[in-house]
Amino acid sequence: MSQHNDTDHISGRSTTGHEWDGIEELNTPLPRWWVLTFYATIIWAFGYWVVYPAWPLVSGYTAGVLHYTNRAAVTANLAQLETMRGEKMKALGTASLAEIENDPALLALARARGKTVFGDNCAPCHGSGAAGAKGYPNLNDDDWLWGGTLEQIMQTIQFGARSGHARAHEGQMLAFGKDGVLKSDEIVTVANYVRSLSGLSTRKGYDAAKGEKIFADNCVACHGDGGKGNQELGAANLTDKIWLYGSDEATLIETISNGRAGVMPAWEGRLDPSTIKAMAVYVHSLGGGK
Amino acid sequence: MTKNVTSKELMGGDDDLPLYAPQKKIYPQRVSGTFRRIKWGLMALCLGVYYLLPLLRWNRGLGAPDQAVLIDLPNERFYFFFIELWPQEVYYFTGLLILAAFTLFLMNALGGRTWCGYLCPQTVWTDLFYAVERWTEGDRRARIKADAGPLTAARLARRALKQAIWLIIAWWTGGAWVLYFSDAPTLVKDLATFQAPAIAYIWIGILTASTYLLAGHAREQVCLYMCPWPRIQAALTDEWALNVTYKYDRGEPRCSVKKGRAQRALGETAGDCVDCNQCVAVCPTGIDIRNGAQLGCIQCGLCIDACDNVMKRIGRPMRLIGYDNDINVQRRTSGKAEVFRPVRSRTVVYAALIAMVCAVMLHALLTRSLLDLNVLHDRNPVAVKLSAGAIRNGYTLRFLNKRGFDRVIAVDVDGPANAQIHIVGVDSVTPDRPMIVLARDATTELRVLVTASFDETMEKTQPVKFRITDIGLGEVASATDHFVTP
Ligand code: SF4
Ligand code: SF4
Repeated sequence: MSQHNDTDHISGRSTTGHEWDGIEELNTPLPRWWVLTFYATIIWAFGYWVVYPAWPLVSGYTAGVLHYTNRAAVTANLAQLETMRGEKMKALGTASLAEIENDPALLALARARGKTVFGDNCAPCHGSGAAGAKGYPNLNDDDWLWGGTLEQIMQTIQFGARSGHARAHEGQMLAFGKDGVLKSDEIVTVANYVRSLSGLSTRKGYDAAKGEKIFADNCVACHGDGGKGNQELGAANLTDKIWLYGSDEATLIETISNGRAGVMPAWEGRLDPSTIKAMAVYVHSLGGGK
Repeated sequence: MTKNVTSKELMGGDDDLPLYAPQKKIYPQRVSGTFRRIKWGLMALCLGVYYLLPLLRWNRGLGAPDQAVLIDLPNERFYFFFIELWPQEVYYFTGLLILAAFTLFLMNALGGRTWCGYLCPQTVWTDLFYAVERWTEGDRRARIKADAGPLTAARLARRALKQAIWLIIAWWTGGAWVLYFSDAPTLVKDLATFQAPAIAYIWIGILTASTYLLAGHAREQVCLYMCPWPRIQAALTDEWALNVTYKYDRGEPRCSVKKGRAQRALGETAGDCVDCNQCVAVCPTGIDIRNGAQLGCIQCGLCIDACDNVMKRIGRPMRLIGYDNDINVQRRTSGKAEVFRPVRSRTVVYAALIAMVCAVMLHALLTRSLLDLNVLHDRNPVAVKLSAGAIRNGYTLRFLNKRGFDRVIAVDVDGPANAQIHIVGVDSVTPDRPMIVLARDATTELRVLVTASFDETMEKTQPVKFRITDIGLGEVASATDHFVTP
């Protein structure tokens, strides 16, 4: 910084005395309106201290005369939202499933509501688009373990499967290998037989007649004659193209050896009845509903 | 013009001089003449359109708004006489903006800042406010005298009256504004009974304040400091554009009427300008046009009227100040005839562009479809395998019925071999051709499933085309997407 020089010799205006690389700063005060605006903002800030929560204290904070909190505001907003939705959701609650299906407005509401609730609660297992994953059914297709009518879907959502709820779906795939019911070579044979039921290729030289016999002795009770499945027991249809756990031989051997008992939680109590209803309608409308 | 300016002068020289010039009060004088009449006419037209248009009715049939011009924001519709625009058609406004730009260019090429002087809202309202000022406080002389003298009760009353009328005009300007956004008669009633939505009052407040401040107080300051147009138009103008010009070849040297007469009697030349300053007195931006073309001139032509009146009185030819171009000054000095060339490449191009944009917009408007279809493929999952081995794809179809009545349409799909269509929530009588009812003037969104049998030879994706047909009118719309196999 050079020594303080009051006036800039080119413009003749006074300077601040600051100089960088020979460039001097002219002393140009802020316009008065600007300064006044600045003071006004400071006064405004004092208002904030008084009205809103402002200062952190050792344990707590100054609450301000309005006692405003973001959480309270959100809670109030949510409550307002609920009362706003109230009428419509009530209509959803009183209408029967069939009535909802046949009323475009109710259907649209149920689908929209169902979709958001599905995203929050069901997507972790069934995927955000309900496309499922190994062991978690794809809800877009037309293969239903426990039935695909609106009522059946709603029941499954409400009470779950093997969920521990008194009215939950029960029934499981037994562990024929682990429990010593079938020997390994028998398991391989019946696995190939099951593949043949849905037109899949079989291992060279496997004994189809033996497979049929093992199936008739052990599996027909649940999976039915010809392996068409039984929705009462959640027994899969073995003749279609859809496999919950996979259709390759190794997977089938594993399924037959160790059994399967996937759990669908019961949503009753966690979600209110009209929400469950909306979800059933949504799942049904994904395209696979019967 | 070029004069050596020292940087000291440029910077204001003195420490105490501010870097901006304080507003000097302008007292435009009343004037009468051709251009003043044109301005009165255009003002009446512009204000008439603005204030009365929302009150105009237009019968669109049952259930539709019967206001000729209505911007219906809640329902996302824009009505302009027989035209009804949907939000996705706002590109028509782009067309209008382009049209407006080219019209401005053309006006500029023909007559300089014609927009500024005659049509700009700032000019129109300021002119109106000046008229009120002259009516309440008297003409230029009276106002100057009043401002210089003490504030008497009579003067205060006049001023109060002026402010009151200004506020009423400003308030009514804001009021007319909100009428464009809601059914005008209902809104007027609601406003009067304080039933109208808060936003209406807020907008009236904003428009009242801005009209009052801009037209009443900022006046020429807007043109000089706030408006970018004077800067832009300098780049658009050329030597052929007509501008309000003081013909100094005729006016200079300035001399008194008597001296001029004497001079001319001797056969000597004498300037026509009598230096009466009338042109300066009437100028709404307070400039002296005799200093040549300048940023402050909004080309309102009032100085032409003022000077013409003087010329008439002293018996000299009119239009000492007039619409003229630079070239003519030189030509007259060297004894050549004046030339005007309104038709030249620039103006022809602008006119052609204007005609073209008009044609394109008209074509788009006349051929726009009133039945439309958008399609969106499901993203998750993109394809679903069914138990029998068939493949199904899900789509969201959005149907647009822009007509004012419900209509029955059939939905067809052209896609993979034996593709079948099912609309969720619709039980079709004819399985492969579902029919739905589209509500009038609305969009309907439905989930549509297309199922096709699958074999390994099928392409991974193939085109699928949805076609909708109005059963009654035969109108058709279609949209294409893809059918995907897993
Ligand atoms: S100089 Fe003349 S044309 Fe320009 S603004 Fe003033 S009165 Fe209007
Ligand atoms: S009004 Fe005409 S005569 Fe009077 S000063 Fe202006 S240019 Fe000269």
